[in-house]
Parts: sequence; C-alpha cells; structure tokens
Amino acid sequence: MNALKLLKQPQASPRDQAFTTNHETIIEPARGWSALKLREVWDYRDLLYFMVMRDLKTRYSQTALGPLWIIINPLFSMVLYTVIFGVIAKLPSGNVPYQVFTYCALLPWDMFSDDVGSGSTSLLSNRELISKIYFPRLVLPFSRVISSLVDFWISFVILIGMLIFYRITPTWGVILIPFFLLLIMLTGLGIGLWFSGIIVKYRDFGQVTGYLVRALMYLSPVVYSSEVVPERFYFLYHLNPMANVLEGFRWALLGTAPPDWIMLLVSAGISVALFLTGLYQFRRVERSIVDIA
Amino acid sequence: MASPVIQVENLGKRYRIGVRESTTTLNRWQAIGATLRAPFTYLLDSLRAPTEEETLWAIRDVSFEVKRGEVLGIIGRNGAGKSTLLKILSRITDPTEGRAVMRGRIGSLLEVGTGFHPDLSARENIYLKGTILGMKKWEIDSKLDEIIEFAEIGRFLDTPVKRYSSGMGVRLGFAVAAHLEPEILIVDEVLAVGDAAFQSKCIGKMTGIAQSGRTILFVSHNIPTVMQLCSRALLLQDGRVAFDGDPIEIAKEYLRGALQRDGEVVWAEDQAPGEHGLLVRGVRIAFPDGRLAPVVRVDEPFQVVVYYQILEPNLSTRCAVKFYTQSQLAFTSVEPVESKRLAPGIYSTRVNVPPHLLNEGEYTIGLSFFQYYPVKRHFAMVKETVSFQVFDPMNGDSARGDYTQHLGGLVSPRLHWQLAQPDVLTTFATTLPSLTHEPVGATA
Repeated sequence: MNALKLLKQPQASPRDQAFTTNHETIIEPARGWSALKLREVWDYRDLLYFMVMRDLKTRYSQTALGPLWIIINPLFSMVLYTVIFGVIAKLPSGNVPYQVFTYCALLPWDMFSDDVGSGSTSLLSNRELISKIYFPRLVLPFSRVISSLVDFWISFVILIGMLIFYRITPTWGVILIPFFLLLIMLTGLGIGLWFSGIIVKYRDFGQVTGYLVRALMYLSPVVYSSEVVPERFYFLYHLNPMANVLEGFRWALLGTAPPDWIMLLVSAGISVALFLTGLYQFRRVERSIVDIA
Repeated sequence: MASPVIQVENLGKRYRIGVRESTTTLNRWQAIGATLRAPFTYLLDSLRAPTEEETLWAIRDVSFEVKRGEVLGIIGRNGAGKSTLLKILSRITDPTEGRAVMRGRIGSLLEVGTGFHPDLSARENIYLKGTILGMKKWEIDSKLDEIIEFAEIGRFLDTPVKRYSSGMGVRLGFAVAAHLEPEILIVDEVLAVGDAAFQSKCIGKMTGIAQSGRTILFVSHNIPTVMQLCSRALLLQDGRVAFDGDPIEIAKEYLRGALQRDGEVVWAEDQAPGEHGLLVRGVRIAFPDGRLAPVVRVDEPFQVVVYYQILEPNLSTRCAVKFYTQSQLAFTSVEPVESKRLAPGIYSTRVNVPPHLLNEGEYTIGLSFFQYYPVKRHFAMVKETVSFQVFDPMNGDSARGDYTQHLGGLVSPRLHWQLAQPDVLTTFATTLPSLTHEPVGATA
C-alpha cells in the first residue's frame, strides 16, 4: 500500500503544483463594483458540467413520463395558443400553419423565460449551499442557462419533424440560429441576474419577474406576427431584443419576412448591456446574500 | 516558508440586528394604517444606515498569523464569533473591515451534508460535491476508489442518496471532503458528528492531513479535542482574541475560570421558564464546597444544583436533569420521589455526579419539571441551560488508564477489569463442540 502511494506521488505532484502555485486569496471588505472573476468560473467548469447534469437528471425524477415533459410543455402551449389565437381569434400567420408559426417562436421564448426565472432565483434557491461552501456563484445561473439550452434542442427535434411534415423549407438564415440563441441567453440571463439580488432582499420581486415575463410575451411576436403592430410603435416595439430574435427565428426556419437588421443590432446592444450590468449587479450582491437570506 | 500561510489583520464583521418594535396594542384603524405603511417602512428601514443599537460586531480586531504546517484550534463559546470568523475565512461572507491573506488552495469543511442531491446516486453525488468543493474531474477520477472505500458504501454506489441512512450520508460527505487535499483546511468540529468509530476515523484523517505539512484551522468548543489535535489555539471571547498560544495553557485559563463564567445561569422572575405555578430560577454546576465548576476533571465529583420557585400552594413536582453531549442525550437523571405539597417559596434540588462517569468534552444540562402522581403534568422544559467542560488530566487514574487517545462515547464510566488465565477446557467445553465437528474431549 505504501509502495503504491510512493509510486503515485510523483505523477500527481506536477499537476498539483501547476494548479496551486502562487494561489493567493485576499479577503477584504467589498467596496463598490468588484471584478467579475470570470476566470474563476472557468476554473470551475467541471462543476458547471455536473450542475447541468444534476439539473437534467433530477428535474423529472419520479415522474412517469420523465424527460418527455421537456417536449410536452411547449406542445401543450402550442395546442392552447393554436386553439385560442389561431382558431378562435384567427390571428394571421402568413402562409405557414398557425401551429408551426407559434411553436417556432415558443421554443426560443420558453428558453428565455426559463433563463429569466432560473437566473433570478438562482441565489435564493441555493442559499443553503451558498451559506456553507464557497464556489463562484455565477456557476449557478450559468448552469441553468445551459440546461435550458439542452431543453431547447430536444424540443427542436419536434420542430424539425413539423417542418418536414408541412414541407416547409428553412432559409440560409438557419446558420444564424446559434447567434439568436446567444442573444436570448444574454437577455434572459441579464434580466435574471439583475433580479437575483433584489429577490434575495425583497422576495416580492419573485412575483414581479413572473408578471414581467408574462407581459413581455405579449409584447413579443410569440402568438401573433409583428406585422400587426401599428407603425407608430415600430421603433419602441423593436427595442425589445426578443421581438427581433423571434422574427429572426421565423425568418430562418419558416421563410417569413427577415428581421430588421439595424433594430436587431441595436437590441443586441441592449442585450449585451443588460448582461454585463447584470453580471456586475450579481457579483455585487452575491457576497452579501449569506447575511441577508 | 518566510511568509505565513494565513495572515489575518484587524478583521471585523458587523451584523445588522433588528430592534424589537414597540409592542403597544393598536386599535383597528392604527392596525390597518400600519399594514398599509408596512412596505414603505420596510423599504425605508433597509435603506437608512443602521443605528448603533441595531448593529452587532460578531468579531472585531481579530489578528493572527498561521505558519505552514501549523494546526490552529479556534475555541470559544457559542456566540463568541467562531462561526463568523470561519465564514469569512472560507469566503462565504465578507468582512466589514480588515483583511486576510491566504496563500494556497483553501478547502473548507463547514458541513458535510449540503451539496448532495437526494435523487442522484452516490457516484454522481461524489462528482457533484467534489466539484462544488473545487476539485477537478480528473482529481475525483483518480481518488474515486479511495473515497468509496473511506465512506464504506461499496455496493450502494449506484443507489440514490435519499435511500441512504443518515450515517451513510455523513460518511459519504466527509469522505469526499477529506480527499480534497487543500493546502489550507478549515474544519468545523460539527463535522465530527456520527458514531464513535467514524469520529475517530475523521480525527485520524485530519491528523494525517496535518502530518503531511498542510495547515489546518480547526474550530471547536471542545477543549480536549483541541488539546489532542492542535499545536496552538486561539480563544475567542465576545468577538475578540482573548488568548493565543499553547492549547494546554488555554485549558489552564479555563480551569482558573478567569476567561469565562460558564457553569451558572440565573433567570429573573419575569424571564424564568416555567408555567402552572412553577418557575425555574437557576442552574449551577458546583463543586461539593460550593465553588462554581465551569470545568471539571473526570476524577472530581460535582453537583448540578437547580433552583426553582413555587408560586402556588400545595404543588407537587419532581425534577429531571438531562446531560447532553456531542449533540446527543447522554442520560437523564430524575428525582426518584416527588416533592409533595410544597408551599410557595424558592427551593433547590441537587444531584451529585460521581467522578469517573462522564467522558471528556462539553456537556450541556437540560431540565424538566413535572408531576407524575396522580396525573402527569408538565411545569417546565428547558433544553439548554448551562454548559461545562469535562477534561481528563491524564494521570492514569481515569477510565482510560494509561491509554491516551480519544475514547468514544457519551459517557466514560470507570469499570473494573480483570485478567485471568482460565482453564480452557472447563470454560469452553460446553460451547466448543457446537463449533467444531469433533468433540473437544476426543482431541485432548
């Protein structure tokens, strides 16, 4: 046993050394804005991976249908919206069937609303863990965003099936889908991070994010086409990053009118600003959460 | 080697504590007004700077240095600031003032249970918990077998953790944490809960870590363990460092009673626990000559004296004293007969604790007063009253004899041992034939 240990030691040490050399931690009172320390999040990338796995494996544990729920959720909304807005209200959906029209926007929208929800509650719902162990707290919202991305791709398979069934040919815009997804993540996470700190102090804001997401959904072309929006609200309406992203999705996959590229870039700027300020806001509050929550 | 591994300078942490609101009764309209104003008062209160009486310095002006390979014990009573210091050094919360520099990878074990997900298997949880603690996947890969072996979970490796007994959960938690191999290890003593065998395993693992030249901060309120493990100790009192040095010196200070006034609690009449005409007024741990005994040696007798007040005439009651240690009830001692028809006034009842009964460590006294005949009736129930320390002077006279290591258990009575050389045949003749196929007599 001892001999074995001696043999093992020299192999492990160079890696250990590399990991720990000059590892200095300074603990000081927090004043104002502090560094984002994204490097540290990168160091904990293995944790990110296992957090995502935990989320995916446990979310539907002890359910009979299990991961099928990932698909059922958007399908249910699709059926509901198709009946209410497509059949009863008869909202126009261009030359594609309403169910495909709305499902195509529902997937990115669900991902966005997931990101807002999980981002905003990430500190609060993990306070037990946060009050006991140090690790870069940003891992928590990041991991949730990644798992909602996995959900997206699973539901996306259904969408592909629908496109084949209805013989709809996507445009070259599909190559921009990763870019659209990135914008959704930045926006959703940005809003979520902003609220995460406030929610810890004032739980009331947990309700507020719910209302906000619901209101935003009707301010975005999820159940209707943005063509029905009056011209005088055009600029204001398209400041919403999600409005442009959803138009982009429909254009890429269903061949509807392309998004307004200028407004897309403007709103992308808003997304990036939301995300960066959200990051700083999160870093600012994560250090005091243990004392408040 | 030149610069210390841990350098703490004037560390301080201020907490905001709520000030009790006025309890005057409101009439209906005032109550409605207060409800409507509540969100605004809440907001305003949290925005303005706290006043002096709303703040509490959990620790203040704490400075010390730790050299590489040192095992520093941090002791103090509840509320002395141990956990706050621990949380600051583990980077869980920020200090209000001062600064600390830690050189090397930090591992902190403030608990073992959190971070596990009940629906995941042990294997998955090992990876999850390991990475939360800052390990890399390859590190866990290489230590997985060791961790499984240490936790003694072998064939339950792929069972969801929620099916585990609590003991298995604790073992698994400590196993992961113990294989973290940081350069600086911060450990809370509450870790060492569990059965005695596992406790000594934990202590053993920590001793091993210390011997390999790593630096350990060990937080405890248990002096014997600190004396056993640490080369140096820090005594925190009211958030400040009251003593820094040899753990044995600290024990001596404790003995002189100079550093704390443990061993006694007294309640004013309006705060005393109890009901139905009985109030518990005080508890005292004392030597037979009446001196307060915050620290007793295992070979000394002492008394637990309980003072109570009877408010109603003709009350009958009896007292039960509970001895808690290591977060468990060690035993209960109850007054064998009821004190019948007491007149109003203050009474005391005392129970003598013989030497060589308790184990080393901290004990807390819990109390209850009740009447058993003719019907059961409860007067008072207090889970925690006073605490006191029991320590073994290691003079060879106690239950452990000349064995110096930790003896597990809630009590440690000195029992009589006897060595003899019995006649094997007569002693075992009746049992051996059932174990072997041939009768013993035939081979002899």
